[in-house]
Amino acid sequence: MLTILFDGVAYGMLMFVLAVGLSVTLGLMNFVNLAHGAFAMAGGYVTVVLMNRYGVPFLACLPLAFIAAALLGLVLERTLYRRLYERPHLDHVLFSIGIVFMAVAAVDWVMGSSQQNLRLPPWLSGRFDVFGVGVGRYRAFLIAVCGLLVITLELAVARTRFGSRLRAAVDDRRVARGLGIPVDTIFAATFAVGSGLAGLGGAMGAELLGLDPTFPLKFMIYFLIVVAVGGTSGLVGPFVAALLLGVADVAGKYYAPAFGAFAIYTVMIAILLLRPQGLFARPR
Amino acid sequence: MADAVDAATTGSAAARVGATLAAAHRPRRAEIVFWLLVFVAPLALPRHALLGNEIAILALFALSLDLILGYAGIVSLGHAAFFGVGAYTAGLFAKHVTGDPLAGLAVAAGAATLVGFATSFLVLRGTDLTRLMVTLGVALMLGEIANRAAGITGGADGLQGVAIAPLFGRFAFDLTGHTAFAYSLSVLFVLFLAARRLVHSPFGISLRAIRDNPLRAAAIGIPVNRRLVAVYTIAATYAGAAGALLAQTTQFVSLDALAFERSADVLLLVVIGGTGYLYGGFIGALVFKLAQEGFAGLTPQYWHFWVGLVLVVLVLIGRDRLHGAAARLLARAARATTRSPASGGAETR
Amino acid sequence: MIMLRRTLLHAVAAALLTPGLALAQADTVKIGLILPLTGPFASTGRQVEAAARLYMQQNGSTVAGKKIELVVKDDTSAPDIAKRIAQEMVNDKVAVLAGFGLTPLALAVAPVATQAKVPEVVMAAGTSMITEASPYVVRSSFTVAQSVVPMAEWASKQGMKKIVTIVSDFAPGLDAEKVFSETFTKAGGKVENVRVPLRNPDFAPFLQRAADEKPDAIFVFVPSGAGTQLMKQYAERGLDKSGIKLIGTGDMTDDDILNDMGDVALGVITAQFYSAAHPSAENKAFVDAFKKANKGMRPNFMAVGGYDGMHLIYEALKKTNGNTDGDALVAAMKSMAWTSPRGPVSIDPATRDIIQNIYVRKVEKVGGELYNVEFATIPNVKDPVKAAK
Repeated sequence: MLTILFDGVAYGMLMFVLAVGLSVTLGLMNFVNLAHGAFAMAGGYVTVVLMNRYGVPFLACLPLAFIAAALLGLVLERTLYRRLYERPHLDHVLFSIGIVFMAVAAVDWVMGSSQQNLRLPPWLSGRFDVFGVGVGRYRAFLIAVCGLLVITLELAVARTRFGSRLRAAVDDRRVARGLGIPVDTIFAATFAVGSGLAGLGGAMGAELLGLDPTFPLKFMIYFLIVVAVGGTSGLVGPFVAALLLGVADVAGKYYAPAFGAFAIYTVMIAILLLRPQGLFARPR
Repeated sequence: MADAVDAATTGSAAARVGATLAAAHRPRRAEIVFWLLVFVAPLALPRHALLGNEIAILALFALSLDLILGYAGIVSLGHAAFFGVGAYTAGLFAKHVTGDPLAGLAVAAGAATLVGFATSFLVLRGTDLTRLMVTLGVALMLGEIANRAAGITGGADGLQGVAIAPLFGRFAFDLTGHTAFAYSLSVLFVLFLAARRLVHSPFGISLRAIRDNPLRAAAIGIPVNRRLVAVYTIAATYAGAAGALLAQTTQFVSLDALAFERSADVLLLVVIGGTGYLYGGFIGALVFKLAQEGFAGLTPQYWHFWVGLVLVVLVLIGRDRLHGAAARLLARAARATTRSPASGGAETR
Repeated sequence: MIMLRRTLLHAVAAALLTPGLALAQADTVKIGLILPLTGPFASTGRQVEAAARLYMQQNGSTVAGKKIELVVKDDTSAPDIAKRIAQEMVNDKVAVLAGFGLTPLALAVAPVATQAKVPEVVMAAGTSMITEASPYVVRSSFTVAQSVVPMAEWASKQGMKKIVTIVSDFAPGLDAEKVFSETFTKAGGKVENVRVPLRNPDFAPFLQRAADEKPDAIFVFVPSGAGTQLMKQYAERGLDKSGIKLIGTGDMTDDDILNDMGDVALGVITAQFYSAAHPSAENKAFVDAFKKANKGMRPNFMAVGGYDGMHLIYEALKKTNGNTDGDALVAAMKSMAWTSPRGPVSIDPATRDIIQNIYVRKVEKVGGELYNVEFATIPNVKDPVKAAK
């Protein structure tokens, strides 16, 4: 049973890393970016190509996946996304779905539609025992890396100047601009980091979740759940929501496989009904 | 417009409002031309009856979403729930009770109404994103239920053995799709007329007030929650009717009637065509289906790319600019065909 | 005199040739290929289309004096679109409907085939009852049950007493679960069943649950793409070292992706009707030609269904001398037998389903690549579900 908890936590933390960029983008720029999964997919494919074709070791691929996805995000933000900030949400939805379609078809054409395979280094495969509880090495690795990321992010947002400017911009964009905070630069940087994190999540998730051109569409629902339940005004909300999602999903499937899929939907609807703004959101 | 002037001079506010509404409700020339073209279509394009049937059903479904999205401001990513309920009810009704299409249509729409009413309370609270997720969750759960109850619904294989009796005892639903096309179009037209009446009534105006500013609407005494429940239920009825049409004209129902893709597609359609003036759904359905068919003919495997590109370009150019330009074109065309000085041209928003 | 004779000769020749020309132009036979070319099952569609085109390329596009035209359409894995495409094709005088990557797609089109009296050649979908949906359905692919029964019998012969089945929750999966459980319990073993949602990101909890039952083996049936995920998580849980064997149908070790799975797949035992490593001359020729025509892509069991489906259509047309009447074609297809790249096959005249050999194989490294190497053969297996009725 502890194994299931452990598995769920690993899965949840991976979801957090994948979805945190979306949450911040939505909270900061009020932009519904349904193409977020495409950046995750980009990170995953970059990793697969580097590892399988050029033999780059797995650990080195992770920061490269982050950088590649971040660059992609930066370029797209500067050229396309920034024109649409003032538009209604529906325009965002339409635009980002268009981007997803293009990304899915393009990746399909270049890489083919079958599942991609990563060959993990041996020290990451298999499992070891901790007081009788079986612990998968890769999942332990995930928890470690994601945990580090969470702490870094929280410190960055809470303790750095950039972080305080970011929080100011999220709270009230106009006043922040009035105070001389370079809101445009913050948008670009945040979008880039958010996309980079998605790419990193995609690279790490390829082993656990699989990687094929339909990845953005398959997992969009999960990202949305994390963001909706967790709220968009901080990091704690999405983090708790992601953990909840991971554990509920895994536990639901283990204990009641007939109802496995219902578990997350029911939990989500229940939470949203009780707290429509999300778990930790401050009402706007 | 003469009655409006009269009413204005006689002073009663209610009469003024009534007269304005009546004037807005009169059919525009462009609308009449549009519907004439629509009814000519089955005769002019008999080889495309099947595609036309699909477009008509999609248009009805989009219309139902426009009612809540364009007129009440409720963003839903799970509207396929009602579509699916309608489809399965119609299919099961035909399989186990009677194959009469009209009876099936009524029962299916009724079932969808009930489900819509029951779930309407979930969308009353929260932000856009909350509603998005809750509606999505409801649709996903219904999809799971349909999958589990495979003994009744046929599960992933789909519902087999749906046989629809000939319409009015005479017109059979055959391989050519002519009856299907005419049937779907007629149902679409009747429901459209009803919707049009609805949105030009005081009820419809109050919806728009709620969409634009719920707080202010509540402050002037509009029962916001009751109106939202009402319009959500009505939209569910329309969606259920569309689902029933699909089940009856294809004589097959499967889980993708409830799938996320269906909800997402219809949202796309309505957004492409424009919300809040009832015709957005038609235009979106037409444009999307034709684009899909066209691109799929060119590149069967990668047509998603071109559709995505069209969407991106559409948004970058600006839907408003496109809709404005289209509306102006339409107005000019309508004026040119009729040469009448007074009211011509599409509705303004 | 000579001039007159020459002119007469020219005239007669012209008169004889022209109707011949007109006849040849009017005699195109259209074959409609309805496949999922986009969406989660796109790889099935790709393999079948590639194989069908390869067959046409190798055997020419003229049969019994008629020109063959292949019309390929994407049904986006949606049954109502598949049905609409089938109806449009039939209205467009398509003589044979073929393809069908999934069960609901084949089932949706069956009524169209019956009404229009057009043969429906199922090249991919695997649920047993598809051939019963219409008297015009002929299958060139497989039924899931064909591969499952030999697997269950082999497991029982190995002395296994308790097995947990993990199947994806869709029609072929449920077929597999039912047939495996029945066969294995009849042979004296015990079976527990676990079902996994079809679109499932994480197999871990299900594998954990299965492992907790401490069985001799875990039998798996998942659609071809998901096999990799499952195998990786199998290894991740340490199940490969726990003595619990992993057995299943060949969908799990699909040739399309087998080589990319890595060493975690070594030693997995599956039962199926096709392996790219099948040691016959026909297969070698088929695999080489397929790879050459498709940038080194290896053909899998879906591809061979497409290849044989085209063979079936071509041979039927030859037998009917180009007559495209649906009843005549179906009658010609029944009891046809030939040597396919997979081995000897025939069509059962009673059920219109395929009869073929099933091989038990193990994943081994051959020439640096992973292949399913056959080590046991069960000949001429009919569809067990229909045979039991």
